[in-house]
Amino acid sequence: MMLTLTHFLTLSAILFSISIAGIFINRKNIILLLMCIELMLLAVNFNFIALSRYLEDTAGQVFVFFVLTVAAAESAIGLAILVIVFRTRQSINVEDLDSLKG
Amino acid sequence: METIYLAIVLAPLTAAIIAGLFGRIIGRAGAHWVTIIAVALSFALSVLVLQGQLSNGEVFNGSVYTWMVVDGVNMEIGFLIDRLSALMMAVVTFVSLMVHIYTVGYMHDDPGYQRFFCYISLFTFAMLMLVMSNNFLQLFFGWEAVGVVSYLLIGFWYTRPTAIVASLKAFLVNRVGDFGFLLGISTLFFFTGSLDYTEVFADAEFLQNQYIEVFPGIPWSAVSVACILLFVGAMGKSAQMPLHVWLPDSMEGPTPISALIHAATMVTAGVFMVVRMSPLFEYSEAALSVVLVVGATTALFTGLLGIAQNDIKRIIAYSTLSQLGYMTVALGSSAYAAGIFHLMTHAFFKALLFLAAGSVILALHHEQDIRRMGGLKRYLPITYWTCLAGALALIGFPGTAGFFSKDALIEAVGHSTTPGAGYAFICVVAGVFVTGLYTFRMFFLVFHGQERVDEDARQNLHESPWVVTLPLILLAIPSLFIGWPTIGPVLFGDYFGSSLTILQQHDVLRELGTDFHGALGFVEHGLMSPVVYLAAAGVFVAWYLYLRNPAIVPALQRRFSHLYQLLLNKYYFDEINDKVFARGSLAIGNIFWRVGDVVVIDGAFVNGSARFIGWVSEALSRIQTGYLYRYAFAMVIGLCALTGWILLGA
Amino acid sequence: MLELIFFGWLAFVLIAAAIGVITSRNPVYSALFLVLAFVTSAVIWVLLEAEFLAMILVLVYVGAVMILFLFVVMMLDIDVASLRASFTRYAPVGVLVAAITIGELLSVIWLRSQGLPVLAQPAPHGPKYSNAKELGAVLYTEYVYAFELAAFILLLAIVAAIMLTLRHREGLKVQDISEQVSVRAEDRITLVSMDAESE
Repeated sequence: MMLTLTHFLTLSAILFSISIAGIFINRKNIILLLMCIELMLLAVNFNFIALSRYLEDTAGQVFVFFVLTVAAAESAIGLAILVIVFRTRQSINVEDLDSLKG
Repeated sequence: METIYLAIVLAPLTAAIIAGLFGRIIGRAGAHWVTIIAVALSFALSVLVLQGQLSNGEVFNGSVYTWMVVDGVNMEIGFLIDRLSALMMAVVTFVSLMVHIYTVGYMHDDPGYQRFFCYISLFTFAMLMLVMSNNFLQLFFGWEAVGVVSYLLIGFWYTRPTAIVASLKAFLVNRVGDFGFLLGISTLFFFTGSLDYTEVFADAEFLQNQYIEVFPGIPWSAVSVACILLFVGAMGKSAQMPLHVWLPDSMEGPTPISALIHAATMVTAGVFMVVRMSPLFEYSEAALSVVLVVGATTALFTGLLGIAQNDIKRIIAYSTLSQLGYMTVALGSSAYAAGIFHLMTHAFFKALLFLAAGSVILALHHEQDIRRMGGLKRYLPITYWTCLAGALALIGFPGTAGFFSKDALIEAVGHSTTPGAGYAFICVVAGVFVTGLYTFRMFFLVFHGQERVDEDARQNLHESPWVVTLPLILLAIPSLFIGWPTIGPVLFGDYFGSSLTILQQHDVLRELGTDFHGALGFVEHGLMSPVVYLAAAGVFVAWYLYLRNPAIVPALQRRFSHLYQLLLNKYYFDEINDKVFARGSLAIGNIFWRVGDVVVIDGAFVNGSARFIGWVSEALSRIQTGYLYRYAFAMVIGLCALTGWILLGA
Repeated sequence: MLELIFFGWLAFVLIAAAIGVITSRNPVYSALFLVLAFVTSAVIWVLLEAEFLAMILVLVYVGAVMILFLFVVMMLDIDVASLRASFTRYAPVGVLVAAITIGELLSVIWLRSQGLPVLAQPAPHGPKYSNAKELGAVLYTEYVYAFELAAFILLLAIVAAIMLTLRHREGLKVQDISEQVSVRAEDRITLVSMDAESE
């Protein structure tokens, strides 16, 4: 049996849903939330690269390049914010962050 | 020629404006002189026009001023002068002139002297506009205007609460009729697209085959619907049953206006209108039957009411109602000429009777109850003889004008084949007896018999001044004699010519005309019919009950107490109107206010929508918890849902 | 065939690592599992002949981002005990949502693509093939604007991160460069004219 596109797409779909489950299951830890976001981005990157290969278009890989860039920037800033939150509230429990309540 | 017509219409209007706006400046004498001169001018010119019509019969139909043209419809002021309108103009201006002169004496002490003259001149203007009009819009204007002036005049003594109530009643009941009238005009306009008489009449036969579904699924002939609706308007204006309730109450107004408006002119507007619309009515048997039946019912039953009244003016008012019923019956049997003829003679003798009653009232210092009169023949000779002339004309004594018109009318009904003519014939013949009865009951109780006059009033009892008695004499002459020269040409000659349209199968007057051998022959013919003897029987019964054997009367009243109560309460029409229509409307209004307005509109729409928004906002604000996970949850759920929908839907 | 086995093994490791990320009690373990996931996916990318990106993934993501994560995890004083407690409460919901998502995605991938022509696996490139060269040829010509923007975004991230976390400590003598540079001569020196004095 050949290795087809479907395999890769399936793999990325599974990764994506695992990360979604991770968002739900995890209630206490913001860091875990950020890590799940990274996983989601990884799944998306997978999609791009697989399709770029099978459709023989380099544009997919260029896109992954930029996704990586932005993801890095975003994690940096996200962690900076996390640090500050911890400084002010002494806790990274998500359920303590509710002052924007309507 | 046009300027003459304009002068006829505008002279009373100008005089009314002067007397109304500048009454205080020109004083009493000024007010009455300017209006009398104006109306006299109108009368003289109307006679001139009538003469012109009689001699060469050329019809004038022209527009004087175009008000506006909307979507191809001309709204204009125009005059249609033919024999019919010329006759009406002459009658209206003559009676108006008599009333103007009479008022100088009657309203001598009244503080609202100038205002009264303004109103009666204004009325003359409005009535002239009505009869001279050549399109429905002007007709409607005149119609409404006479209604308004009638309201103003009935409530002339506005400090009296009964007068105010009566004037409102007149106006409102007229309004009901006007509503039907407007619907009728609209129906005609809807089918023909025009308001002009000639254009609408030209389409009359075509209209017969058009159908309109007033109630869905039941098609009615358009011309029938239009004519019946127009007749509803006539019912209001000419006080046919059941819209007659306003006329007796209108006696709250001063006597001169009872003579002018509620005897001779305004109430005849309805009759005039039906005659003018004869080209349309002829094509609708249904409408003619309705006219016949309503008129006959009115003629008989209101006459019966006259027997039980004790106010002199009310008796004459019910007599007016009854005679209007007679005119309507003539119209229903397609004897239009007879209807107009009776209108003309009635104008004279009824105005005369009203003015004579006014003279009596004036002499007794505004006493109106006939039970407190009696034996006045000695004191008021001129009034007595003129009133006798009027009374004889009313009952149809052979030779008087009333005899010619009434007999012709009754014979025409007898010959008619329109459905309902049989019933109508019985009613009008029975009505002759009733007429004789109530007329001479009044006459005997007022002028003959025992003197039951108040002692105070008796001291001052004297004949009225010449300004009062002159019109009486001037009106008595035509009441007695005008029948002789006019019956031939008007009824059986082709007097009306093109102003009337009568279909072959309805033309009863032509049938009668074959037997006509001049006025004298008509009198002889009349003496052989039972009608005259019925009238004489009525007079005899009145004499017996009120002069010979007055003691029987209370016994009869007790014996027939139910009937007497029914008559005394005017068939309970007023009570029904009050309980059903007035209170019913109030109740409906109440429901609309309490439920419709407060609960539905205020509660549900206005306040309810505000409360709903508040509730929704409160519910929605609970979504903003501030919890990050809830938001993430919502996003993911939304994503799953959207994807699921696209997958399943597409 | 060999490829398939290899791929299957790598996929298994990857998925296991992902599950490990979300189910670990200790955040440090989660971070390490994430590192494993990244490395494994880099290997799969090499399989797909995207070598450059695979290397970049390792360098940037593992080498920088994950280190950052580990720094923060270890720096913050986290109450590990309470983290353990709440795990099982939301497991069913999470699994349900994950199942729904998987179901939808797989239905699109497997079922909806039935009628479409199957994409053939392209032939592997020869030994002279350079992924970096190919990427560079496209990146600096067609997508140069996006490239510049990406650089700008990184600069932004640096500035933002520093600005957010910068703290001033009291009593610390620190140079304020901008103040030093904007000094004017008149603030420091005043020339006073004096008569000569001899004593």
